[in-house]
Parts: sequence; C-alpha cells; structure tokens
Amino acid sequence: MLAAWMGAPAQAAPDALRGEQVYARCQACHALAADRVGPHHCGLFGRLAGSVPGFDYSEAMKKSRIVWNDATLDRFLAKPLAVVPGSSMTYAGIADPAERADLIAYLRQANGTPACARTAAVH
Amino acid sequence: MSFLQMPDPTAARRLFLGRSGLLLSATAVALLSGRDALAAKSDAAAGHDVQILNTALGAELEAIAAYQLGAESKLLEQPTLALALTFQGHHKEHAELLAKTVARLGGKPASPKPSYDFPVQQLKSQADVLRFAARLEQGAVSAYLGAVPLFGNPDLAQAAASILGDEAMHWAVLRQAIGEAPVPSAFVS
Repeated sequence: MLAAWMGAPAQAAPDALRGEQVYARCQACHALAADRVGPHHCGLFGRLAGSVPGFDYSEAMKKSRIVWNDATLDRFLAKPLAVVPGSSMTYAGIADPAERADLIAYLRQANGTPACARTAAVH
Repeated sequence: MSFLQMPDPTAARRLFLGRSGLLLSATAVALLSGRDALAAKSDAAAGHDVQILNTALGAELEAIAAYQLGAESKLLEQPTLALALTFQGHHKEHAELLAKTVARLGGKPASPKPSYDFPVQQLKSQADVLRFAARLEQGAVSAYLGAVPLFGNPDLAQAAASILGDEAMHWAVLRQAIGEAPVPSAFVS
C-alpha cells in the first residue's frame, strides 16, 4: 500500500558520465567542436536549430524554429524524424528517457567547459 | 600468428579476408547491378530512403578521408597500414553502393567535403591513429543501427545492415589492435 502511495520509483538523477558513453553513438556524425556529417555541439543550448553558419542543414531543420534546450532536445532525441520530418539526422532515436537525460546532462557539462565556450564564440 | 604480426602485408591481407575474399551480400549485388526492383511505394518514400542513404554516404566519405589521413600520417607500420587500407577499401565499396542507389532512386548522391576537420594534432602514434579509427567505426555501427529501422524499402535496410556488420568487424579488429577487448558486450548501441 505504501508502494502504491509512493507511486513509481524515482528515476536516478541524470549522470553526465553515463551521458558521455551515450554520446559515443552521436560521434558517428557529430563532434563537440567541429562540424562533421552533423553540426558541432558547442554552443548548443539556446541555439536556434539549423543556424550554425556554413553547415549544410536540411530545409526541414532550417524551418523547424526549434530552440535547443533540455526539453526540445529530449523530444527530438527520442524520435528525430517524428519531430523534424525531412531532417538529415536519419537516426531512429534514443528510446530510453534515462539515456536521453544522461546525454543531455553530458552535453550541458561539455558546453560549460572553456574549450566549448571558445568554439561557440568562434562560430 | 595474428595477421597483425605477419611481416608480409599481402599474406596478412589474405589471412584477414579469408579464403573466400570480399563478398557482397546478395542484396548489395542486386542493388549495384540494377537487377533489384527498387520500386518505391511513392516519391515521398523514395525521398525518405534517399535521405537516409545520403546521410550514410556522407559518413562513409568521411571515413575514407580519415583512413587516408591515417595512411599518409607515416605513423602506421606494416601490416597495420595494409589493414587500414583494406578497411578504407571497404568504406569505398560502401560509398559506391550508397551513391549508386541514391542515383537509382532519383536523388543526388552526397559529395566528399572539400576538407575535414580531423583532430590531427592528437595523432602522434600508431595507437592514436588506431584509436581514432576505432571511434569512427564505433560511430558507424551506431549510425547504421539507428538508420536500419527507418528504411521504407526492406532491401535497403538489409543492405545497410550488411554494412553495419562490416563496420562492427572493423571496430572489433581495431579494438584488439589497441589492446582492448575486441567484443566488449553482447549488444551494440
């Protein structure tokens, strides 16, 4: 009865260390500081989707009007092509909400480093 | 003796490839030869598959360039250099298949970038180059794993899965070459 009152067990807090392991999947196409098949991730938070200068985005991403934050990243990473149909990020997504939270925590941590700040300033 | 320790690169390559040599999956052969009926259910479906193929092609072109960087770095000794060139050759075959399929579906194949921003300053030894290559191959496995479920055409999904298998083999071999467990887990992600 107590368990029922308590509801579902709380999820563990997002872990940037675990998130770095999840980021290994993203490194197929992305890097923190360089544009590859996908755009760089330094300067990600608060950035308008499709706006890294010089990167060849899909029209869909350029028109998405998404501003990247924890919530929009979580939604997008779950099912990229459902959120931005026509995106060139042809990846099924990260189904596990805990993994997405860990990944976002890692991206936040990485974005807080001086190296990322320098990269974001250059771009 | 591991093929990595064999002094003769030709013999090492032969041992690595196996007696059967390099074989395309039946689906890949059909796709390249044009015998496969790549009849899309609709233009939208074909366009969707073209996008997936082109994203994969972009990654393959990057891998080709990365292996070229490694080969030209003078950091790789034989037979590791031969191994790297073999893997580059595989990526060239992947790129050829993907580009031809994109064209057959009416799309414009992605082109190599004029330059790639590789972490050259971090590559100071053979082990650094192999570690860099291993990360790229790991990424390729993840990318194809995420792409295979998205294809509308199951033949394309099968061809992509065939490429995924090849990338996974590259990753395992490179992991072993840098002293890591070649197959660290039962599943890839």
